[in-house]
Amino acid sequence: MSAPGMNAPLLEASDLALRYGAVPALDGVSLAIWPGEVVAIVGESGSGKTTLLRVLSGLLPPDAGSVLYRDPEGTAQRLEAMGEAALRRLHRTDWGFVHQNPRDGLRLGVSAGGNIGERLMATGARHYGSIREAATAWLRRVEIDPARIDALPRTFSGGMQQRLQIARTLVTHPRLVFMDEPTGGLDVSVQARLLDLIRALVADLGLAVLLVTHDIAAARLLAHRILVMRHGRVVEEGLTDRVLDDPQHAYTQLLVASVLAA
Amino acid sequence: MSWALRTEGLGKAFTLHLQGGTHIPVLHGVELSVAPGECVALAGPSGAGKSTLMRCLYGNYGAGEGRILLRHQGAEIDLASADPRLVREVRRETLGYVSQFLRVIPRVPTLEIVAEPMLARGLARAAALARAAELLARLNLPAALHGLPPATFSGGEQQRVNLARGFGPRYPVLLLDEPTASLDSGNRAVVIGLIEQAKREGAAIIGIFHDTEVRDRVADRLFAVEPVRRAA
Amino acid sequence: MSATTGYNFGYLDEDTKRMIRRALLKAVAIPGHQVPFGSREMPLPYGWGTGGIQVTASVIGPADRLKVIDQGADDTTNAVSIRRFFARVAGVETTERTAEASIIQTRHRIPETPLREGQILVYQVPMPEPLFRLEPRVAETKRMHALADYGLMHVKLYEDIARHGHVAISYNYPVMVNGRYLMSPSPIPAFDNPKMHRNPALQLFGAGREKRIYAVPPYTEVRSLDFEDHPFEPVRARAGCALCGSRESYLDEVVTDDAGGRIFVCSDTDYCQSRQARQEAAE
Repeated sequence: MSAPGMNAPLLEASDLALRYGAVPALDGVSLAIWPGEVVAIVGESGSGKTTLLRVLSGLLPPDAGSVLYRDPEGTAQRLEAMGEAALRRLHRTDWGFVHQNPRDGLRLGVSAGGNIGERLMATGARHYGSIREAATAWLRRVEIDPARIDALPRTFSGGMQQRLQIARTLVTHPRLVFMDEPTGGLDVSVQARLLDLIRALVADLGLAVLLVTHDIAAARLLAHRILVMRHGRVVEEGLTDRVLDDPQHAYTQLLVASVLAA
Repeated sequence: MSWALRTEGLGKAFTLHLQGGTHIPVLHGVELSVAPGECVALAGPSGAGKSTLMRCLYGNYGAGEGRILLRHQGAEIDLASADPRLVREVRRETLGYVSQFLRVIPRVPTLEIVAEPMLARGLARAAALARAAELLARLNLPAALHGLPPATFSGGEQQRVNLARGFGPRYPVLLLDEPTASLDSGNRAVVIGLIEQAKREGAAIIGIFHDTEVRDRVADRLFAVEPVRRAA
Repeated sequence: MSATTGYNFGYLDEDTKRMIRRALLKAVAIPGHQVPFGSREMPLPYGWGTGGIQVTASVIGPADRLKVIDQGADDTTNAVSIRRFFARVAGVETTERTAEASIIQTRHRIPETPLREGQILVYQVPMPEPLFRLEPRVAETKRMHALADYGLMHVKLYEDIARHGHVAISYNYPVMVNGRYLMSPSPIPAFDNPKMHRNPALQLFGAGREKRIYAVPPYTEVRSLDFEDHPFEPVRARAGCALCGSRESYLDEVVTDDAGGRIFVCSDTDYCQSRQARQEAAE
């Protein structure tokens, strides 16, 4: 609890605005995420949640507003002033990004071990044996048989690919992970296992996660807090169980009512 | 008299936007105060808002008006206006809730489910697991089940897992929603023992007890929850 | 030998040479960095050394003595043609002796005889981008160079070790130049890589089709990528040269008959012949 920056947000966005032509994708969005906190952004397709994730992670510059990132030493930096090299380093070290489609987050032509090792090598690891050890340990951790370390991800099932993407992302021990519909394209049974794995990893590692999903049940299982987005605005936010059990905004009520026994 | 939890003018109404904005007031001007070591049973007819009050007290429902004061880590805080992170902290350290149903987390063994809130409060792993096992045994859940996820357990077994999870951390304030609803008489007696022990240890307990026999055994007094008169 | 009339000295017009020299200066200033240049049509097809010829044409002067090798040999068609080309369009002297040349244009080898200060080694480069097989997007490879983001290259080495037990790159083995830029050494054997490191000669690289020039100035650090526990090892055939007996030089395998007979001989013909001459003289 006494680690530096523990009592300050890892990421703080204020008054973000972004338009695609006449369509407001983000309209005055502010949010903060603290260490160890899982925040879900829910809303239907086109509500701006993926845009928000891209802006918060520095992949897309907003028209207005700012995003503050706090580094492990506790220094706050404006994302837009950071420069591409620093941002890329951030995405390789203190941050992670888990894509909905494993194809976007994995190198399908590179072995599972190479996929996990890439972030290590990109941050200077030059000992083959240690990279291999780390890859083996992470495969085990995401419940992939370490004997598959030299197999290509294209020979993996969708669920395995997604678990591999998570291992590849977490290997450098990021403090903040962005997840864009991580269970999106998966069968329901596979989804449950993946959600459970994410839940356990997040708890064990004390990760902060910004999770974009339209799956209310996933949000309920994983998230401490929820932001409900519609038409580029946050219409409601708060404690996960309160937002889902006592929704105030008409749109949230509709969203919750549309889900069977979330 | 000192209090562990106190409400001031607590009110709650629901607006159902999907039903044309129907406004349903449920609680109004609730003034409840519970002392450490005291057990208060919520009383009132079905639909009077007992469960709503419990959920407000836990922060699961947002309070519409008034304050919910709690002594948390030596300070007085208002749960009704606390930000989500403070609510989480209060739930971790101060405020426990045993609902009627266990929200099952897939693939997590029973023992871990029970130990989890104790670990979150900072109890050492060995001690947390030992207390979890002891509570489960006391609630007549055989050790053979401790390593299994409770997804396939019966309703009564799940309820007992839930109770063990709720009593484990020794919260200063504990909310019990029908804690004995699906239990047999033997286990009811165990729960009565747990409640009495928690009271002796200084816990303030607020409960909804359908079972009047249990209620009369554990409750120091009743708190009447009155149905709000609907505005004509 | 006198120059053919009707051409500017060195075939290229002076404006083009100036443009290429500017690119060369920039390349020397940023070792290992690929500098774009306006590659001209040359009187030979791409893949035959159009990049190297343009670089040579831009740095050559009347007092220079040119050596051209192809796979280490002075007497192959490509080497002979380019040497004759410059003899005609620049009227310069040519030589087959590494030690006597001031400019050596090469395809796929670095001479065995150590180079010295003042010499220029011009490499013909088919594909200057070391990441091109790993990252198909050119814009992305540029970004990776700009950010010195070379983890992907190590992933390739990792994959080789995982699959084959060692790095299975026998030529065009990627190097880090001056601790900053990842560079393709052109398709020289990995055996030659250590020769680039802190070499007293100026090393210039020209890729005609890809329109890129890059350089390694004298005494620049050039490291072959590797892992601590799988260090880079230059490999050569485990044999002696059948002609001169060298056990240090890089060898070509030569099939001698239809029965599978074969011998190994030095790929560097000048080196081999010098040794043979010395051995004869000693006898």
